[in-house]
Amino acid sequence: MNIARIFWLVTFAALLVSCRREVRDFHTGGPPKVRQLKGEPAAPDRYFSAQGPQMEMERNAYALSEGKRLYSNFNCIGCHSNGGGDIGPALMDARWIYGATPEDIYKSILDGRPNGMPAFRGRINETQARQLTAYVRSMSGQARESAAPSRDDHMKTTAPENSVDRQMPKPDERPKL
Amino acid sequence: MARAQSPAATDWPIAAKDFSNQRFSTLDQISQTNVASLKLAWSFDVGVRRGQESAPIVANGTMYVITPYPNILYALDLTQSGKVKWKFETAQPDPMSRGEACCDYVSRGAAYAEGKVFFNTLDGQTIAVSAETGQQVWRRKLGNIHVGETMTMAPLVVKNRVIVGNSGSQLGVRGWIAGLDINTGEIAWKAFSTGSDSDCLIGPNFHPFYDMDRGKDLGLATWPGDQWKLGGGTVWGWISYDPELDLIFHGTGDPASWNADVRHGDNKWTSGIFARRPDTGEAIWYYQYTQHDLYGHDGINESVIADLVLESGKPARKVLLHADRNGYLYVMDRTSGEVISATPFVRVNCSKGVDLKTGRLIFNDEKKPIMGKVVRDIAPAAPGGKDWQPSAFSPRTKLLYLPHQTLAMDFEEVEVNYIAGTPYIGAHAKFYADPVSPGDGSMGAFTAWDPVAKKPVWNIKEHFPVWCGALVTAGDVVFYGTMDRWFKAVDARSGKELWRYQVESGIVGQPITFLGPDGKQYIAILSGVGGWPGVVVSNDLDPTDPISAHGFGEAMKDLPKYTGKGGRLYVFSLP
Repeated sequence: MNIARIFWLVTFAALLVSCRREVRDFHTGGPPKVRQLKGEPAAPDRYFSAQGPQMEMERNAYALSEGKRLYSNFNCIGCHSNGGGDIGPALMDARWIYGATPEDIYKSILDGRPNGMPAFRGRINETQARQLTAYVRSMSGQARESAAPSRDDHMKTTAPENSVDRQMPKPDERPKL
Repeated sequence: MARAQSPAATDWPIAAKDFSNQRFSTLDQISQTNVASLKLAWSFDVGVRRGQESAPIVANGTMYVITPYPNILYALDLTQSGKVKWKFETAQPDPMSRGEACCDYVSRGAAYAEGKVFFNTLDGQTIAVSAETGQQVWRRKLGNIHVGETMTMAPLVVKNRVIVGNSGSQLGVRGWIAGLDINTGEIAWKAFSTGSDSDCLIGPNFHPFYDMDRGKDLGLATWPGDQWKLGGGTVWGWISYDPELDLIFHGTGDPASWNADVRHGDNKWTSGIFARRPDTGEAIWYYQYTQHDLYGHDGINESVIADLVLESGKPARKVLLHADRNGYLYVMDRTSGEVISATPFVRVNCSKGVDLKTGRLIFNDEKKPIMGKVVRDIAPAAPGGKDWQPSAFSPRTKLLYLPHQTLAMDFEEVEVNYIAGTPYIGAHAKFYADPVSPGDGSMGAFTAWDPVAKKPVWNIKEHFPVWCGALVTAGDVVFYGTMDRWFKAVDARSGKELWRYQVESGIVGQPITFLGPDGKQYIAILSGVGGWPGVVVSNDLDPTDPISAHGFGEAMKDLPKYTGKGGRLYVFSLP
């Protein structure tokens, strides 16, 4: 095998990966409706499944960087800091009060939670909520390293999202008070 | 109903003991010579493991303890070592209020007057409860949590007015103070900290000492556009009262947001002090400690009332002693609002002093925040040279005992968006131990300050900020607690440590003393770490993020090694 052939193979492989990293999704609705035929049982909602479109966002640099920008612009940072928490809980650790799946987080953002998390439905659209969901998961290392943000535009604080250790999410078992 | 008993001079009926806010007790059974044998008399689990910033209060043989959210009020029988007499747990603040309180779910105390106990809830209610039975007398909803308005301060009852104020400058809340009818809770008056003169209860009798505070509608004119509506200036701190002058004195919080570029102007009437009539709320004078605040320096710290001979041979002057967040200790004439002196009590580099002719704070342009640029080593940091933790003054030693912190910060203004009910901050801040003074990594201090000589007499360094109030007694003993779980007694004249006791969790409360029904002197304190620096523990933050806890994450990253959460009352006495 000559050097040129190796070069092209490597380049092609890199392009394959980076295509996915850089793809832009112009669909701006929420989870697509699954058409249900008469007499058929309801199709399982595949939107948040492992191969579903939400997981694609966690492999996509554009979605994650948009999520990071929105995280500041919508004042998430005011309550959760850069993931360390403040008024609200930390987001960079392994503990999740209301669950760590993309579906749980998406629901927390849009509908709020009764102990202080305000609902953002009507303030942000569903695409933005999806981008935020992906970014929030990247704070504890759940997103793909090659797509997660590598730098802050502000005062250096936490390690960049693409180099944090992946936390294994677990439910919150602390006493309530 | 029989006329309610008035509290005795040896009781402790409000958080600050009395109107002067001196936190001085004439009790002297516990003194320098015997304090070393102080022992635990009894303790009580309050059942809430969040920041316990409140002062227990004592009236007529009963102690009343208010907890952080969910704001449970206990009445403990002092003839039976604190046996629960009754428990009021129907305050039931809206759980969503927990997402609106900037600095933990704290309460700073209840107040006893005329047979009733008054307190505020996190979701913005003021509640009056019968001191005898624990039955609700009235409740009034004053705050709107949907715009971030909470209530954490300890009410002050003056004549027939229950005086309360709101919290939430960090969420762009517009500050106010209100006087409620003691029997019904009806709002008798409400004065805002921003807006038109009529909104601020400024009228023909308003005579500020300095030109800078004079003019029509400055609460509008010193703000761009409608920014005053989001202007902060909340009244979440201490109120003192001089019955002779018939004036209450209260500070106002910092202007919102921390990004000062969105609010050019002096931002009246934030970060200052008002003197008002308690009956009507009418403003008599005002002084602005910090014009157009740049660093989150609220003006809500206590103003201690004292009469001091400032120059020998001259008569004593009626003064206020106020250690401000901006790092200066103000001695003011409380009849006029004149600043007699303003002396730095910590390292200050973000300003160069106070011009006593104009009253203006002289800012240091080198430390002025710039959008998108990190300005390093700003002293004092946003929590200031001293925060809400109240000082104590002894008429015996003529010293002011200051619990405080020695922190500097890095600060970066960033773009800010207003979304109702979410933080309106517009800056990243990172606090750390002041690298110059003291420069040894310590972040807290307890200082005895001579307000006449304008200098410290002694100083004790502490590893963490001293986020606990001070108490001084006629036994010449001073009490305070630390975030690393020590409750301490020191000699009021020398600062020598005389006694210490390790409690369950860090102390951010207010020590008190009282004469028990058995004729013995007791000392009481709540333990339970929390508040702005302690939220690192009480809300399980991840301190690898240095800007967590609004900038305290870096400084407090070791706190979990020293203390866990807690909520326990400790009562001490001599054996």
